[in-house]
Amino acid sequence: MTSEPVTAKATTPTLTPRSRRRLPPEVNILLVLVGIALIFEILGWIFAGQSFLMNVQRLRIIILQVSVIGIIAVGVTQVIITGGIDLSSGSVVGMTAMIAASFAQSSTWARPVYPALTDLPFFIPIGIGLGIGLLAGIVNGWLIAYTKIPPFIATLGMMVSARGVAKWYTKGSPVSGLTDQFNFIGTSIWPVVVFLVVALIFHVALRYTRYGKFTYAIGANAQAARVSGIDIERHLIKVYAIAGLLAGLAGIVSAARAQTAQAGMGVTYELDAIAAAVIGGTSLTGGIGRITGTVIGAIILGVMISGFTFLRVDAYYQEIIKGVIIVAAVIVDVYRQKKRKV
Amino acid sequence: MSVSPSTMAAVRASGAVPQAEYLLNAENVRKEFPGVLALDDVQFRLKRGTVHALMGENGAGKSTLMKILAGIYIPDQGEVYLKGLPIRLKSPLDALENGIAMIHQELNLMPFMTVAENIWIRREPKNGFGFVDHGKMYDMTAELFKRLNITLDPESQVRDLSVANRQMVEIAKAVSYESDVLIMDEPTSALTEREVEHLFAIIRDLRAQGIGIVYITHKMNELFEIADEFSVFRDGRYIGTHASTDVTRDDIIKMMVGREITQMFPKETVPIGDVVLSVKDLSLKNVFHDVSFDVRAGEILGVAGLVGSGRSNVAETIFGVTPATAGTISINGQPVKMNSPNQAISHGMAFITEDRKETGCLLILDVLENMQIAVLQDRFVKYGFVTEKEITKACKTMSDTLRVKTPNMEERVENLSGGNQQKVLIGRWLLTKPKILILDEPTRGIDVGAKAEIHRLVSQLAKTGVAVIMISSEMPEVLGMSDRIMVMHEGRVTGFLDREEATQVKVMELASK
Repeated sequence: MTSEPVTAKATTPTLTPRSRRRLPPEVNILLVLVGIALIFEILGWIFAGQSFLMNVQRLRIIILQVSVIGIIAVGVTQVIITGGIDLSSGSVVGMTAMIAASFAQSSTWARPVYPALTDLPFFIPIGIGLGIGLLAGIVNGWLIAYTKIPPFIATLGMMVSARGVAKWYTKGSPVSGLTDQFNFIGTSIWPVVVFLVVALIFHVALRYTRYGKFTYAIGANAQAARVSGIDIERHLIKVYAIAGLLAGLAGIVSAARAQTAQAGMGVTYELDAIAAAVIGGTSLTGGIGRITGTVIGAIILGVMISGFTFLRVDAYYQEIIKGVIIVAAVIVDVYRQKKRKV
Repeated sequence: MSVSPSTMAAVRASGAVPQAEYLLNAENVRKEFPGVLALDDVQFRLKRGTVHALMGENGAGKSTLMKILAGIYIPDQGEVYLKGLPIRLKSPLDALENGIAMIHQELNLMPFMTVAENIWIRREPKNGFGFVDHGKMYDMTAELFKRLNITLDPESQVRDLSVANRQMVEIAKAVSYESDVLIMDEPTSALTEREVEHLFAIIRDLRAQGIGIVYITHKMNELFEIADEFSVFRDGRYIGTHASTDVTRDDIIKMMVGREITQMFPKETVPIGDVVLSVKDLSLKNVFHDVSFDVRAGEILGVAGLVGSGRSNVAETIFGVTPATAGTISINGQPVKMNSPNQAISHGMAFITEDRKETGCLLILDVLENMQIAVLQDRFVKYGFVTEKEITKACKTMSDTLRVKTPNMEERVENLSGGNQQKVLIGRWLLTKPKILILDEPTRGIDVGAKAEIHRLVSQLAKTGVAVIMISSEMPEVLGMSDRIMVMHEGRVTGFLDREEATQVKVMELASK
């Protein structure tokens, strides 16, 4: 019928045309990043007598430190866009790091977890790690989609249990003596490569695929999305599964970087990942957020930690300031939402 | 020169209020939002003891004016006078303390508190220890209800009340502020006929006490029934004020749209085809029972009944939102399962729900994203990727065909008027090329112009062989548009009426049987 014009007389709109060549929202966040970096640069010259940015070693460390949080944040961003939250990612990092590492031990190591299973090719521990992460994510998603408990509670439970698994697995002792093959992924700038590839994949997925469109639709209005034919339950499981998978990947990268796994790995990473997403413009009420923003948000966090260390700010102050910045980012988000409504 | 609200409040408290010609008037008011001139040199004059209706299409500026009067917006230019004294309201609380109360379309009550607590919030009577004196609060509420002829228990929780009763609580709350001006925004949109009668009785009573009432409505018959005067606005401009006894329905429509709408319900006679959708003994436990009907290609089946008769529930069940507990649904003679909207869509069904905001629009997303979401289930996707160019073109064409008024396709849907939001939703479903279209209150809260467009559109769809089910509470719409009318009452079908035999009286008889 679309070919037939509707012949009702429409009132002529008297709206003055809006000149709205909107810049992508990431531009603002990028400006914040540049601003913060410049502030550290200036403070560096004043207090430390040297440049903050003109130091390749430092920039390398920043980006490396950001990578693990960044990988998690890419998953968490998608969860937050659906209107949910994932508190379990830090614990899943610890759990997958332990389990993956136990299948990546070298036969030269004195006390491997599985003496019969040493010197396995790298893809086995990585596959197992990803599988464990995926499973944790699916459990989260299933609980949220079918039992209708709030995401906060479901993932809080997973957060506590996964940490428990990490500790129980070796009764608290670290898993060391990993094969060079496995450790390779944590060397040089490979963690950064993994992070950027993951970010690119999900940037494209969110913006250009049906998966992405449905993710935003669910976050914007779950009821309307349902009536529009979206299988919300199935989609939520997918989103949480991806978040779990990426937390598993982060666990593998963490273990490979440290060349050992400990049960305490990834503690509070979930909060850093949520902070990165929120600083990057993801709205906690759902429906809004982009991976590019999250990447910049993660880098902002990394630059700040590095900058404070550079200026020899006490670690306690660093945490206090970080908390303030997270809250400030949400306040900015709230105001931005208000302003957009006419 | 403006008097500060606190001074006004003090003057008011002293009782030394000068008698002015108008209770409340606004002169030369102008209000601009980014990109939109919402009000352009507008006036409004409310007399003591009258009901003054604000009329106009959506986007005409009624809501903006009303929000200025209620202190929610501050005008860019112009003056507001309360009993002849210029006043600048800075917040809704300001307005309330100056005797201007507004009852919003979306009711603003706290569901987990009692009726009495809601009414006296911020002004709770206290006992000697500074605690809330619940006994006294109860008595005050009971007295207020008696005065307004409301029969509600002050102790009941608001969440247990029907929409109509919540409205009564809101009105009682407004009256409890000893307000001189009461602003009502489409108060009857969710009320049954009897509840409307009660509301009108209360309004007449308040009017007799000298209170001025600003009444916003889209319903023409209400205007003639309750309003003394009315002001018409169009595209942010003031058109005129008249006594409601001086004009006819057509005059008002002409003023509102600036043109004549020759045919409100342009139902064309089209050949009726085979049965497309057949529903047999459909039941949803405790909600509706043994509903059976057929809809044929090209037919418009109107569904009438009071709010709460189960009409919308039947639609939701047919569309798989709430799967049936008994009965069968057949499409083209084949029995089908309807356990999810997805299944319904794959059978060529489309469903425009009753509540645009709750179950229709993705408010924070843009026009494009809103339009494409349903059709992406099975078209415009290749290997999981959305074919952006094609879908954007299809949505743009649809948007132009439906004459959606939007600056561009990237505009957030929450910034569009109700009528345009509805058009976006219709576009969403037309893109799926439906064979069966279910419309639930398709023109609720929509201005006259958009209404006629939507009616014409539905009629044209029927002409192309789409089977249409149209639920509506507006009698002229049901009578004008339907080939056949199914009437429901308390979860059961009470009868069918053919177009020729259907009258308002017959429908109402079946609806209240």
